[in-house]
Amino acid sequence: MRIKLLFFASLREQLGIAGEELDLPAEVSTVGALRAHLRQRGPAWQAALAEGRLVRTALNQSMAAPSATIAAGDEVAFFPPVTGG
Amino acid sequence: MKISVQREDFDCGAEIEALARGNPRVGALAAFVGSVRDVNEGAEVGRMTLEHYPGMTEKSIGAIVEQARSRWDVIDCTVIHRVGELQPTDRIVLVAVASGHRGDAFAACEFVMDYLKTRAPFWKKERTSEGERWVEARSSDDEAAERWQEVK
Repeated sequence: MRIKLLFFASLREQLGIAGEELDLPAEVSTVGALRAHLRQRGPAWQAALAEGRLVRTALNQSMAAPSATIAAGDEVAFFPPVTGG
Repeated sequence: MKISVQREDFDCGAEIEALARGNPRVGALAAFVGSVRDVNEGAEVGRMTLEHYPGMTEKSIGAIVEQARSRWDVIDCTVIHRVGELQPTDRIVLVAVASGHRGDAFAACEFVMDYLKTRAPFWKKERTSEGERWVEARSSDDEAAERWQEVK
């Protein structure tokens, strides 16, 4: 299943990447599972997406909970809590 | 309804004026303008960069405005948020609400602002005397947004 990944703000800087297209294994089917999947990429990913860290996720440009289901072609974004206004 | 995410400055007077012009149903207009402070968390702020998530930003502000419309008498509403490089005293955000009565105008304006601060994907990075840093989210902002779930 191919999806689009995006990273913003401090997460984008820590990971050194703003976005990418990614082929997901079939068993990675939720936003939470995707986060855990990405942590396996190495120490920088482990730290940036660590379990205790406040990371927000959006699925197709709407805030999403870890249990949200991912489908092919979806856009998933990871970012820190927002600080606009 | 007008929602704009832009690099350019905006004219508060003209925007507020445009909201009520020619509409005799409008009896009240409430507006909030946020600007860049020169001090944050004890450090001097020289400049600031505002990053956002194009597409989701406009969508999330639209959803917040829709929620406000479903709760209060909102005749018209304008939300403008700037992105890019900003300096102390620069305007960042304008939320203006036209309504029949002041209670609804004040409440809807504050609600949109509180929700925008916790749900719209913007991030501030400050350049201070001690270097660059991402602004940390405040729990007081979350509390401000949450209190709207209790009232009305």
